[in-house]
Amino acid sequence: MILLPCPHCGPRNTDEFSHHGEHGERPDADRVTARQWRSYLYLRRNQAGWTTELWLHGAGCGRYVLFERHTVTNEVRAAHSTGGR
Amino acid sequence: MRQMPMRLGPRPHELIDRDSRFTFTWNGASYPAYRGDTITSALAAAGVRVFSRSLKYHRRRGLLTADFNDPGCLVEVDGEPNVRGSHRLVEPGMAVRAQNAWPSLRHDVKAVNQLVGRFLPVGFYYKTFIAPRRLWPLYERVLRRFSPGGPVPSPDARGRYDQRYAHPDVVVAGGGPAGLAAAVAAAAAGAAVLLVEENHRLGGHLRWSDPLALGPLLDAVVARPNIEVLTDAVVTGRYDGNWLAILHRGAPGVVERLVKVRAAQLVVAPGLIERPYVFAGNDLPGVMLSTAARRLLNLYAVRPGRRAVVFTANADGDAAAAELVAAGVDVAKVVDARAGGDIVRAHGRGRVRAVECADGSTVDCDLLVTAAGWTAPTALLSQAGDRPTFHEGAARFVPSAQLPDGVLATGGIAGDGSLAELLAHAEAVGMVAARRAGFGTTAVPIPELPIEPHPALFRSSTHGIVDFSEDVSSKDLAAAVDEGYDSIELAKRYTTATMGPAQGRLEAVNAIAVVAAATGRGIAATGTTTARPPYVPVSLGALAGRRYQRVRHTPMHSWHERHGATPLVAGTWIRPDHYGDPAAEVLAVRNGVGIIDVTPLGKFELRGPDVVRLLEQVYVNRWAKLAVGSVRYGVMCAEDGVVLDDGVTGRLGEDRYLMTTTSTGAAAVERWLQWWLQVQRPDWQVRVTPMTDAYASINVAGPHSRALVARLTDVDLDRQSFRYLQVRTGPVAGVAGCVLWRIGFTGELSYELHVPAGYGLAVWERLLERGADLGVRPFGVEAQRILRLEKGHLIVGQDTDGLTQAHGAGLSWAVKADKDDFAGKPELGWQRDRGGYPRLVGLQPVDGTVVPTESSQIVEASPQGRRIVGRVTSSRMSPTLGRSICLGYVAPHLAAAGTRVTVRLPDGREIPATVTPQSAHVDPDGTRLHA
Repeated sequence: MILLPCPHCGPRNTDEFSHHGEHGERPDADRVTARQWRSYLYLRRNQAGWTTELWLHGAGCGRYVLFERHTVTNEVRAAHSTGGR
Repeated sequence: MRQMPMRLGPRPHELIDRDSRFTFTWNGASYPAYRGDTITSALAAAGVRVFSRSLKYHRRRGLLTADFNDPGCLVEVDGEPNVRGSHRLVEPGMAVRAQNAWPSLRHDVKAVNQLVGRFLPVGFYYKTFIAPRRLWPLYERVLRRFSPGGPVPSPDARGRYDQRYAHPDVVVAGGGPAGLAAAVAAAAAGAAVLLVEENHRLGGHLRWSDPLALGPLLDAVVARPNIEVLTDAVVTGRYDGNWLAILHRGAPGVVERLVKVRAAQLVVAPGLIERPYVFAGNDLPGVMLSTAARRLLNLYAVRPGRRAVVFTANADGDAAAAELVAAGVDVAKVVDARAGGDIVRAHGRGRVRAVECADGSTVDCDLLVTAAGWTAPTALLSQAGDRPTFHEGAARFVPSAQLPDGVLATGGIAGDGSLAELLAHAEAVGMVAARRAGFGTTAVPIPELPIEPHPALFRSSTHGIVDFSEDVSSKDLAAAVDEGYDSIELAKRYTTATMGPAQGRLEAVNAIAVVAAATGRGIAATGTTTARPPYVPVSLGALAGRRYQRVRHTPMHSWHERHGATPLVAGTWIRPDHYGDPAAEVLAVRNGVGIIDVTPLGKFELRGPDVVRLLEQVYVNRWAKLAVGSVRYGVMCAEDGVVLDDGVTGRLGEDRYLMTTTSTGAAAVERWLQWWLQVQRPDWQVRVTPMTDAYASINVAGPHSRALVARLTDVDLDRQSFRYLQVRTGPVAGVAGCVLWRIGFTGELSYELHVPAGYGLAVWERLLERGADLGVRPFGVEAQRILRLEKGHLIVGQDTDGLTQAHGAGLSWAVKADKDDFAGKPELGWQRDRGGYPRLVGLQPVDGTVVPTESSQIVEASPQGRRIVGRVTSSRMSPTLGRSICLGYVAPHLAAAGTRVTVRLPDGREIPATVTPQSAHVDPDGTRLHA
C-alpha cells in the first residue's frame, strides 16, 4: 500500500484517503463547449510519470490534498494543501 | 494397530517427543504418531509411501521435499482441504484423508488418464472443451470432478480467522541462521524486529546440518525482547513502501491471521530451496530430494527407505549419503554429477524399484535421493522491483547488486560461503537495516559473499515431471514451444506450469531451463516469470479476517427493539422497517397521526457570509431569496448532471442554515461540499458542521400532528404564521434548542422535530404518551416508503440511478438554468435541449390487485419484436387507495397522462398500466400538506 505524506497528519496509508484523480481546471460552466466539458469530466492523461492528483484524507484531517506522484515508482515529491480553511 | 517399522532409534536433535505417543486416522485406518510429527512423517514412519494422486494423470505421489512445498502431500484434515501434509503437525484423533482419489488412493478410477495420456495433451483444457459452446455447462461439471481441491469446509471448528497490524522497524523474512543473525544484530542496535519463519521451528538447515551451532543463535534471539518471532508464518506479499502481508498460522485459536505490516526495512533471508531433477520416473514415490531425506532422518527419525541410490552434485548430497549410511540404509550407489555421473530413469510402478544410470548400470533400490542444485526464492525481491540475474556458474538466480530501497538480502539467497561467512554477512545486513531504520550510528560495510560454482543440472536425457502440482512434464513444455508458445510467460499459461500450489518455488527454474533448451535461447535470455503476491496460497478466510463494520443506532433504538420493530439495515444505520403492520401504520398517518424516527437523515449546519453562494453552487435550485424561517426542497446534481442527492435546507438565522440530505447520501454530500469549499472556492467563508448525530429527528405526520406537537411546545403552530415549508426553533417537551420543520415527505401535514440527541428518546416517549388519545402510533421505513410513493415523491437511488439527469427525474421545475454557475449546469442545459430522455411518471396497473415487481420492464411492440421502453422503479399496494401504484420511467412518447403502457413481469406475463396525470397518486393538489 502506498504511503502518502499528508501535510496535516504525516505519512498515512492510502486506505485512509479517497482518490479523486488527476487534478484539472474546472471550465467556466457558462462558456464551455460540450467537448471541453466532457474532457473535464472524463478525459485523463493517465501517463506513466509525474502526475498531480487530488486525494481526500477522509479518515484523517478531512482535507483535500494535491499530491505530485510518480505513477511508476509511486514516489511523492510534493504535497500541497488546497486553499480552504 | 499399525507399527512404525521405518522409525529409527532416538536421534540427537529430533523434533518428536517420544513420551507423547497417540493415534490418528489416515483414510479411516488408525496410525501411531509422536507429538512433533508432521502428518507425512508419522505416516512414513509407518511405511506409507503414497499420499496423493497427481492432478492430471492420477499417478501415485509420495514425499518429495518433506516440508511446506511438498507437492504430492496435500491432504484433507477433518474436512479442511488442501492441507500441507508435510508441514501440518499431526494431532491426536486427527482424521486425515487423501484428496483427488476416488474411490480410494489405491484404486483410483481416474488413473486411466495415464492410459489415455495421449488424449490429455498439453493445453487440453483449451483445445478440447471449447466447442460446441452450449455444452460448456456439462464440461464444467466434468472438469470440476477432475480438479484436485477438496470440498470447501463449513465454518471452521479450529477457530476464527483474524487480522492484525504491526509497525516494526525491521522485518526479517526467514528464520534460518542468516535470518537469526540479522535479527539479533538489528535488535542489538535498538530496532524493533519481526522475525518470520515458515516452519514451526527456527533454525533452517542448521536443524539437521549443524544443530550444535544453532543453540547460541536461538539463545541470542530469546535474549532480545525487541524481537518478535512468528513461526508457521510467511511473508506472502511485499507492496509499495514495504507494506507486507504476513500469513500467520500458528496462533492459538486462530486458524490463519493476516498480519499487515508497515516495515521501515525488509531483510529477505529465505535461504535456498532444493531443486528437483527432471528425468523419467522422477515423480515415483521413493524419489526425493536430499533435504527431504535429511529432514526425515534428523528431525523425525524416519528412515526414508531401505536401499538407496544417491545422485549428488554438491556437499549436501554427499552429507545425505553419509547420513543414510550412518542410519543403516544400504546406499547401493552414489552417482556423482561433479565426476560426470548422471541418472537416466527411475523404474517402477507406484514406487521406485530400480534406477538406470548413465553409465549403463541399473541398480535395484526403493529410494532415490537427488541433490541436483538450488533455487533462490527471489519472489519477495522481485515484488520489490529487483530483477534477479541468472548466474551461469552457480546455475541459479542471484539478486542484483543494487537492491531497491528498504530491502536487503542475506543468507543463501545472497551467496555461498562458510557458516561463519554467512553469519558475518547477516550481522552486517542486520546492522545496516537498523541504521537505515534510524538506529545505530556507525556505518558498517556489508562483506561480499562468494558465489560457488555448481553443475548446471536441470534435465537428464529423458523427459520427466517439471511441475509436480500441475502434472506438467518437460515434454509438455517442449511441445508448447513447438506450438509457438516460446516465451516463458506464454508457455507457463498454456501448460499451467508454476501455476499450481507450489507456485513456482520448486519448478520455475526447471521450467525456464526446459523452455530455454527448446528455444535454444539460454536461461538468462529466457528470463523469469513475473513474481506476484501471494507467495503462498492464502485462504479467503484470512483475507476476509474479522471485519469491524460500523453500526449506528439512533437514540430511540432501544425503544424500537422493545416494541417489536423489524430492523432494516440502511447504510450504516439500523432502522425500524415496521412494527408489525406497515399498512396499518400508513392508515394511521393518513387518518390520525404517526411518528417516525428519521435520525439517520443527514444534517449539516452551514454558517458564514458565503453560505448562499455555496447553496447556489451545489443545488440546481435558486436560494438567494430564501427568507429567515423558510425552507426549500433542493436537488443536487453532480458535474455530469446526474442526480446526486436531495433534501430540504432551512434558513434558521441571518448566516445560519441547516441542510438535510438523504440518510445514505450524507457522507457523499459532505465530501462534495468540502470539494467545493476546499478545492474550487477556497476564498468562500463557510463553516460546515456535521449535525447528523447531534440531533435526534422525529417526523410527526398526519392530520392530528399539529394538535399533538402543540401539546409539547409553545412555538406558534398557527397554520397562518407557521406555514408549509417553514422552520422554527424553540423548546419541545421542555428541551431547549430544538428545530421544528413544517415539511411533508409523506404528503401529510407534518412537523419534523430535530432535538438534541440526548433527549431523543424522552421526546419520542412524550409524543406517544401525550398523543395516546389522538391514536398516535409509531411508523417505520416501509410505511414511509408507501406514503411517499402515494404522494409521488422520488427517492434518490431508488427512482434515479447513475444515469438519471435531473430533467429525466421530473425535476425540471427545480433547475434554474438562468442562474449563474452551478454543479452540472452545462449537462442539464444540453439534456433539456436534446430531449428524448426517459421520463419519471406515475403508473397504475389497470388491474389494481397486481403489484409489478420493482425493476419490471415496460415494453412495446416494434418491427423487431418487443423492445424495452421503460421500467418500474417503485411499486406498492396503496392502503389508502386500495390498489397498486408505481413510479417508473417511460420513453417520452409514452409519458402523456392516460397513455396505456405494457409492463412485463418477471414471470413473463404482460399487464397493462396507465400513466397518471401527476406522479402523486394521493392528494395531487397538496391540500393535505397545506392543511
